[in-house]
Amino acid sequence: MLRVGAAIVLLAALVALVGPALTPFDPAAQDLALRLTGPSRLHPFGLDELGRDILARALAGARISFLVGLTVVSVSAAVGTLLGAIAGYFGGLVDDVISRVIDTLLAFPGLLLAIALVAVLGPSLANVLFALTIIGWVGYARLVRGQVLRAREFEYVQAARALGARTPRVLLQHVVPAAIPAVVVQATLGMAGAIIGEAALSFLGLGVQPPTPSWGTMLNGGRAHLLDAPHLTVFPGLGIALLVLGFNFVGDGLRDLTDPKRH
Amino acid sequence: MALVEVSHLVKHFVRNAGLFRKGTVVKAVDDVSFTIEEGETFGLVGESGSGKTTTGRCMLRLIDPTSGEVRVRGENVLAFSRRRLREARRDMQIVFQDPYSSLNPRMRARQIVEEPLIIHRLGDRRARRDRVAELFHLVGLDPTHLDRYPHQFSGGQRQRIGLARALALHPSFVILDEPVSALDVSVQAQVVNLLMDLQQQLKLTYLFIAHDLRLVQHICSRVAVMYLGRLVEMAPAASLFAAPQHAYTRALLAALAPLEVGGDVTVGVGRIGFALQV
Repeated sequence: MLRVGAAIVLLAALVALVGPALTPFDPAAQDLALRLTGPSRLHPFGLDELGRDILARALAGARISFLVGLTVVSVSAAVGTLLGAIAGYFGGLVDDVISRVIDTLLAFPGLLLAIALVAVLGPSLANVLFALTIIGWVGYARLVRGQVLRAREFEYVQAARALGARTPRVLLQHVVPAAIPAVVVQATLGMAGAIIGEAALSFLGLGVQPPTPSWGTMLNGGRAHLLDAPHLTVFPGLGIALLVLGFNFVGDGLRDLTDPKRH
Repeated sequence: MALVEVSHLVKHFVRNAGLFRKGTVVKAVDDVSFTIEEGETFGLVGESGSGKTTTGRCMLRLIDPTSGEVRVRGENVLAFSRRRLREARRDMQIVFQDPYSSLNPRMRARQIVEEPLIIHRLGDRRARRDRVAELFHLVGLDPTHLDRYPHQFSGGQRQRIGLARALALHPSFVILDEPVSALDVSVQAQVVNLLMDLQQQLKLTYLFIAHDLRLVQHICSRVAVMYLGRLVEMAPAASLFAAPQHAYTRALLAALAPLEVGGDVTVGVGRIGFALQV
C-alpha cells in the first residue's frame, strides 16, 4: 500500500513540476467557439465552459494543490510540534493555556472555521493557506504533546538533564526526535486533508480566484454542466481523489511501519 | 568533612489533584538524612517503591525535593542558581538502571559519550574525539564500535557506554542507580568489577542504589536501608549483615537466604566472582 501510494504521489508531484511542458496550451486561453467540447486527440481532457484546455488547467491545478499541501503541512507541523513539545515538556500553566487553545479550536468543525475565517479575511490563496494552518496545527500539537509527555520520562532525557544540558538542547536533541515518526505520519495524512480543504474552499469561491486554475474552482465551473459536459468535473475530481488516496496510502503505510507493535 | 551530606530530605508527590480535589499525598522520601565520605561506596537499599531512586534523583535535582538539604563539599545543591547547578553537574553524575532506555536510540555511541563535552564546551572537535576514545577504552569497550547505535550493543556494553558518558566530565561523585540489576548475573560481576576498578583509579565516591543485598554487602562500606520513604537502619556493611537491628532489614535478609545456593563469593580488594546456581 505504501508503494502504491508513493507511486501515485511521486507521479503527481512530477506532473505538477513539469506540468506546463506537457501541453502546448495556456490554461487561461479561451476559445469560446469550442466551449464544452469533449475530449479529442488535440485536447485529451476536452475544453471547459469558456473553451479552455482542461488538461492544461488540471496540470496547473496540481501545482496549487501541492503548494497548498506543502505550505499548510510544513507550517502547521512546525508550529504544532513546537507548541505541543513546550506544553508537554513544561506542563503546569503553560500546558494549561496551550491545551485550552487546542480544545477550543478542536471544538469547531475544521472546515467551517476555515470558511468563516476566509469569509472574514476575504477570498484569496494566501488566506486559504492561513485558515487551513490555523485549523491544521492543532492536530500536531496534541499529538506531540502526548508523545513528549511519554518521552520526558525516558532515562536518556534524565541523563541529558543530569549532564547539565539546557532545555532547548534536551528538547531538540532528545525529546522531539522521539515524536518525529508520529509527526511524519500525521503530516502525510495532513497533505490529503489540506488538498481537500483547498479544493472545498475554492469550490465555494473562497479560495483561489479566477483565472488561476485550481481543482476546486474547476469543479465549481463544471457544476452547471454535470449532465451535458461531465468531462468538466470528472478530470479535476479524479485528480483530487487520486492524490488524496495516494497520500492516505502513504500515511497508512508509514503508520504501520512505525508501529512498535509490528516489530 | 563528608563529601555529600543529605539532611532531612523530603519529597511528597501529590496524586490525582484536580480543581476541586486536593488529591492524596505520597511521601516518597520522608525525612531522610545520611552522609557519604569521600572515596567510599555508600549503599542505599530497599524494595521497589521505597523511595531510594527518588532520593538519588532529588540529590541531583532531577526532581525538586519538597524540603531538606543536600550539601556537596559543604555547599547546598538545592540552593544553587541555574548556572551554578550546571557547573556543579560536572562533579556529580548518575548511571541509570535500564541500559535500554538510558541511551538515546537515535544517537551513535560516539555522540552519546561526546554529548557532555559538547554541553560544557570542553575542547575542540579533535580533543573531544580523543577523549571519547579514551573513555571508551577506560570502560573496556572496543573503540572500533564507536559509530554503532545503542541497539547494536549488549546490555552490559550499553551500561558501559552509560558509564563512559557519566565519567566524561571527571566527576568525583557518581550515583549508581541499580546499575547492574537489569543485567545477567555473569555480566553483573564484570560491570561491578569495572565500577570498583574505576573507583580506585579515578578516586570516585559512589552512592550505590540497589535492591540486591548480596551485591551491596560486598562492595559497600556502609549501607542504609529504606522502607516506605524512611531510612530505617544505617550501619557499616559488615555489622548490618551480621546483626541487623530493624525488623525490615531482617526480613530483607531472610528473603534472600534461600537464593544463596552454592554461592561462591570471593571477596578480595572489592573484586567478586559470582558462581550462583539459583
